[in-house]
Amino acid sequence: MSGTLHAFTTEIPHWQPRVKPIDLTKANPAQLDALKVTPSNTKVSDYVLVLANDVETLKARTPLFNAIMYNRGGLGRAERELGAVGASVVNRCIYCAAVHASRYNQLTKGEAEMSRIFADGEAAELAPRQAAIFRFATRLSKTPSQATEEDMRALREAGLSDEEILDLILSAALFGWANRLMHTLGDPVAREGEA
Amino acid sequence: MDASVVSEDDVIVRLAGIAPGSAVQAALQARADVVAMTGQAAAASLLPEEPGGLSHGERAALAVRVARLHEEAGLAAHYEVLMKRAGAAGATAALADPGFKGGGDARLAALIGYADRVALAPKDTVAGDITALQAAGIGDTDIVRLAELVAFLAYQLRVVAGLRLMQATA
Repeated sequence: MSGTLHAFTTEIPHWQPRVKPIDLTKANPAQLDALKVTPSNTKVSDYVLVLANDVETLKARTPLFNAIMYNRGGLGRAERELGAVGASVVNRCIYCAAVHASRYNQLTKGEAEMSRIFADGEAAELAPRQAAIFRFATRLSKTPSQATEEDMRALREAGLSDEEILDLILSAALFGWANRLMHTLGDPVAREGEA
Repeated sequence: MDASVVSEDDVIVRLAGIAPGSAVQAALQARADVVAMTGQAAAASLLPEEPGGLSHGERAALAVRVARLHEEAGLAAHYEVLMKRAGAAGATAALADPGFKGGGDARLAALIGYADRVALAPKDTVAGDITALQAAGIGDTDIVRLAELVAFLAYQLRVVAGLRLMQATA
């Protein structure tokens, strides 16, 4: 469709669904439960309303997503976002990359890494620890995975513990999932009045 | 299975060859909730209570197909068991063969077209990949079911690949 964005940006686009979101006023109890809709919480994005077409997977995926991205301990939140961005760059999910690059920037209070990643993609030059994380995430996101034992050893040499490496595997793999939903079920479009 | 204990009963643990008592096993144990929820997501994608227009047999066969496209024989064998349990036969069972393109059936050809494209080259997907499913008579609800299945498999395959590297370099 016209207006579809094809370049990476940290301006979070509007997401235009390609399939019908469910009608919240006609949602059944199982859908309302999975959407966590309550009288005080009725704001649900079109993306989640599209996913509510398959309520069983939505109900399983939401707590798993939150655990992988926000669980206590292990890899820091910003570095999990870096894993998510690595996958999103490989899979060219413009919307996912925008959301998670923005979160990374907020958490690190800087824009240098994401500027380089959006300009140079997988070839972006980063500090050693960030470079090892980003490289592993992008290579794990190829099909099939191109991550190697050397990439794994680079994570260990950069100082990541087993707990941190596990969280990186999970966050990058999770975006192999999320990118495939977001990037195929809808289009990222510039918000009205912008671009 | 006790969800609080990570064991080889879990397919990702078994396929990654995680050694009991290893540092990788300990890290996974600390994320036992994630391992258990991954199993629940697999069940929701492969064996939902309401499969809609995508039967358990078709889901398992497509999972075998995607695992084979990734040359992941262990996961393919795992889903072959589900295929047999669902009684998949004929064209449904044929979905598992990456060389099968639908045998002239427009619906199966559309399912295959989406699954192969999104599994292998998600960056190349376009609006036409969804309209092709709609044109073959597949409703939006079933399109979301198919998308969730293929997307979950991408996650599961990468968790296994990553854990295997962790174990190999431990």
